[in-house]
Amino acid sequence: MSLAEAVSTHVQDGCKIVLGAALENAVPFAATHELIRQGRRELNMIAPISDISTDMLIGAGCVTEVTGAWVGNVSGGMGHNFRRAAEKGLPHPIKINDYSNFTIGMAFFAGAYGLPYVPVKTILGSDIMKSNQSIKLTEDPYTGEPVALIPALKPDVAFLVVQRADKAGNSHIWGSTGLTQEASIAANKIIVLADEIVEPEVIASDPSRVLIPGFGVDAVCHVPAGCHPAPLIGKWQRDNAFFHHYHKETRVPDGFDRWCDEWVRDLADHDAYRAKLGGELEDLRILGDVPSAPANYATE
Amino acid sequence: MTHDYSTQELMIIAAARQIADGERIFVGMRLPITAYGVARLTHAPNAVGLFESGVARYEPADGMLYTMCDGPNQLGAAWTTGLIQIMGLLSGGRVHAGFIGGAEVDKFGNINTSYIGDIDDPKVKLPGSGGAPDIAAMAERLVIIINHQKHRLVEKVDFVTSPGFLDGGDARKKAGLPGGGPAVIITDRAILKPHGPEHEFHLASIHPGHTVDEVMANTGWDLKSIPDLGVTPEPTKVEMDALHHIDKDGFWRS
Repeated sequence: MSLAEAVSTHVQDGCKIVLGAALENAVPFAATHELIRQGRRELNMIAPISDISTDMLIGAGCVTEVTGAWVGNVSGGMGHNFRRAAEKGLPHPIKINDYSNFTIGMAFFAGAYGLPYVPVKTILGSDIMKSNQSIKLTEDPYTGEPVALIPALKPDVAFLVVQRADKAGNSHIWGSTGLTQEASIAANKIIVLADEIVEPEVIASDPSRVLIPGFGVDAVCHVPAGCHPAPLIGKWQRDNAFFHHYHKETRVPDGFDRWCDEWVRDLADHDAYRAKLGGELEDLRILGDVPSAPANYATE
Repeated sequence: MTHDYSTQELMIIAAARQIADGERIFVGMRLPITAYGVARLTHAPNAVGLFESGVARYEPADGMLYTMCDGPNQLGAAWTTGLIQIMGLLSGGRVHAGFIGGAEVDKFGNINTSYIGDIDDPKVKLPGSGGAPDIAAMAERLVIIINHQKHRLVEKVDFVTSPGFLDGGDARKKAGLPGGGPAVIITDRAILKPHGPEHEFHLASIHPGHTVDEVMANTGWDLKSIPDLGVTPEPTKVEMDALHHIDKDGFWRS
C-alpha cells in the first residue's frame, strides 16, 4: 500500500496519532509530510520526543493537541512553531498534555496491556501534575505513601519506521527502540514504514528481532529513507544540517510556509522528496557492513 | 602545576569528578557525555552510561554524536533496548546519578524546562521535560549543569519540571520522591551545593579567576556560602590529557 493510501484510509481529522515513539531515531517523517499534504486537521500528536515532526505539523495547522514530554528541534533547541502556537495561538491555539518520558511510557504500557493505570513514584512534586490533570495523586493502599496514577493512553493510529518488513508487516527492528513497542501495541491501528521489504523467510529466520508481528499491523508501506532527516541504525545517518536549516528557515511564520511548500506541499510524495534531496541523501546512506553474529534456532 | 584550560573544560572536569567508579549514570549529550568519557578514562573505568532512548554503554561512543540515538552511540553498546527497560533501572532504584541542564534552577535545585511565565499564557514555551523529571525524581543524586546568570539561577522557578528539594526542608521527602535529589550545581563561575537541613544551595567553591561578589551579583537569590568556601580545584594533567583524547577537534577548548 502507498503511504498516501494508508494515511487516507486510516487517519481521519481529530485522530490521536503516535509518531516518533523511538525518540530521535526512526522518526516516520515521511508520514508527517503525508499528513500535511492531505491536510489533516485537529490531530492530537503523541510522542515522548518527536524532534521536529510535531513542530512541522503544528506549523501546517494540523494539530490542536500535543501529548508528550518534549517538542523542539534536537539540533537547534526550540521549535518555533510549537512556541508560536503555545505563546501566541498561531496558527491556532494548542492544548498541551505534559508528560515525562517515563510517565508517557507507563501510559502506553497501560494502554497496550489493558491496565487502567500505572502507579508511579516519578512525577511526584513536579508541576507536570498540575498541568496534566489526568495524572492523579493518591495514597498507596499498601504503604500509605504518596503515589501518582498514570492513566492508560490509547492512540488511534501508530506510525513506525522499521529497517525491514515482509509484505504482511512482520517487522525487524534493531538498535534502541524507545517506546515503539508499547506505543504501537497501545494503538488501535499500526502503519509500518519499512525501509526495505524482504521475503517472509528473512523475518521468520530471526523471530527474536521482531518487535511488531504482522498480525497486529494494518498497513505496510515501502518507504526508503522514510526517517529522513532522522537516523535509522544500519541504514541512514542523521542529517544534522537539515535540522539546522529547518531551525533557521522557520523562525517566522512566512519562513515556515516557504519551507513547508518547498519540502512538503509542492512535492507529490516521498519519492519526489528523495529525488529533491538527491546526492545529499545518498551521502547519508550507510554503506558499511557490521553484521551481528547469527543466532542458531536449530531444533535438533 | 596549572594547565591551560577553558571554562567549559573546567566544568567538564568538575562534572567528571561527580562520577564514582562502577556507578550507573544517566548521561546527557554534549558536556555530560564528555565528562562521562573523562571519568571512564581516569578514575571511573567501570562506570556505565545510560541513555533514555534505550541504550546502555560501557565505553563512550567513538565519533561525534548529535543525539543519543545516533549510530555511533549504538554500535558496540552494552544494551540497545527500549525506554522502559532503561528508565526502569531508575524506577527500580538502580541508578546512582544523572546529569541535567535547564533554562532555570532555583535555590532549592528545582529545574524548569517547561514554561516561563504563566502556564496558561506563557511568555516562553520551552521544549519540555524529556526524561529529566524522572532522573530528578529517582536517581540517587542529580548533577545540574547551567550557565551562571541571574535570570537562570532564580529565587523560585516559574514551573517545577524536575523536582529538587521543592520548598526546602523535608518537602522532597514528604512529596514521596525516592531519589536523593540534587547534589551539586556546576556553573561557569562556581560550584553550589545544598547546605543544612533546609537544603538551600550555597556557594561551595569558586572557579579560579572569579570572585564572590561577581558570583553573587549573577545569582537571583541571596546566595550564602558554606563555611569552608574554597576555589574549585584546577584540572590535573591526567584529566586534561583524557579530555583532549576525547575532544580531538578542540570543541570545548574555546
